[in-house]
Amino acid sequence: MENLERILSEHPFLEGMDVDQVQLLVGCASNVFFQANEFLFREGEPADTFYFIRHGKVSIETHVPQREPIVIQSQDEGEILGWSWLVPPYRWHFDARAVELTRAIALDGKCLRDKCEQDHDLGYEVMKRFALIIAERLGATRLQLMDIYGHNTDK
Amino acid sequence: MATTPTSSPLHDVRDGDPMLARPFQIRRTRKDTYDTVSLQLKPPDGDDGFPFEPGQFNMLYAYGVGEVPISISGNPAKNDSLVHTIRAVGAATRALTSLKVGDSVGVRGPFGKGWPVEAVAGNDVVVITGGIGLAPLRPAIYQLLAHREEYGKVVLLYGARTPEDILFRRNLEKWRSRFDIETALTVDRAARSWKGNVGVVTQLIPRAVFDPLHCVAFVCGPEIMMRFTVMELIKRGVAENNIFVSMERNMKCGIGLCGHCQLGSSFVCKDGPVYCYEDVRDSFRKREM
Repeated sequence: MENLERILSEHPFLEGMDVDQVQLLVGCASNVFFQANEFLFREGEPADTFYFIRHGKVSIETHVPQREPIVIQSQDEGEILGWSWLVPPYRWHFDARAVELTRAIALDGKCLRDKCEQDHDLGYEVMKRFALIIAERLGATRLQLMDIYGHNTDK
Repeated sequence: MATTPTSSPLHDVRDGDPMLARPFQIRRTRKDTYDTVSLQLKPPDGDDGFPFEPGQFNMLYAYGVGEVPISISGNPAKNDSLVHTIRAVGAATRALTSLKVGDSVGVRGPFGKGWPVEAVAGNDVVVITGGIGLAPLRPAIYQLLAHREEYGKVVLLYGARTPEDILFRRNLEKWRSRFDIETALTVDRAARSWKGNVGVVTQLIPRAVFDPLHCVAFVCGPEIMMRFTVMELIKRGVAENNIFVSMERNMKCGIGLCGHCQLGSSFVCKDGPVYCYEDVRDSFRKREM
């Protein structure tokens, strides 16, 4: 646990968070790993976990009937994966698959949701940080939709 | 650290009339992607090639079809064979990409100011490019690597639409295998067989290792990509006067006379295409330009 506490408290995502609040998070944390091609979660399943990726790469995918799944985004070392645990109906919208051996710290989102309900200061800190991630992902998705490398150049 | 893009002659000084195209022969063609071709050009018999600065462009004339500005994408240390990488998007570029070995093409240039590769020695250099924007930056990467010891970290971040759109795969594989350049690729869309990153190129910036206080960024790609890239670089702490961008306008004469490529008080063909971001910041923000 001490090790998890150190790793979490040094993570940029939790920068500036109260030591006591980090300890509450540590109480919901565990070390996990996934072999290449193993799924961290699948679309429609209950979303009750999120991950600090420590090593490896995870692709966010969606399946299309009779076609190969489409990779929408990839998450790398140091990044946070998963925010569906935070918003009703607490179900994953996409699949997450380990592209290679991936090690992560998993946080029990259901446990954290309860703690956030009990302690609104903690809830605000968590929400603030996830709002940033959600905004970044939304921005990135918009850029992807804009097709920014389009064919309008003669360079 | 403020510097200016490389100053170069407006056109090849040995060629009297900058408006007169010289006939070059296609020495070699290479299909880089489904719609992009690199042409290696041979000077006319008995004629030398000409030196160029990374980031400069030539006007290539597809006889009877039209003339287009195309950045030089070859190695500046090898001036006997000019390389241009062309994506087929219009009549002239389609004609150019259809040329075969031995065919002739009209060449005027080199024109414009290039990347200030020499002037930024001592800094970390981050090269960020999207789509066919890798072509005008390849000469700069060649030059950086040829003088590798003069720079701090060298980082290349490249984004493409799909894995099939990735240019210069052989170069990229070679650069990725080197220990002295960090190379990261990403694509917007991919099937599961793609093992690399998926997402826009701006997402690679927070992950890259460089010192923002001693870093110069060279950015090239469609303007919308550059706009968001610059925002991310500034967010990371890179100074505006250390960011260089390659602007794209309707270049025709190549010598700042016709006015087609006017950008504020400058002409992209003569004063660009490479600008310090600080000097063109307002154009980036201006709508309908």
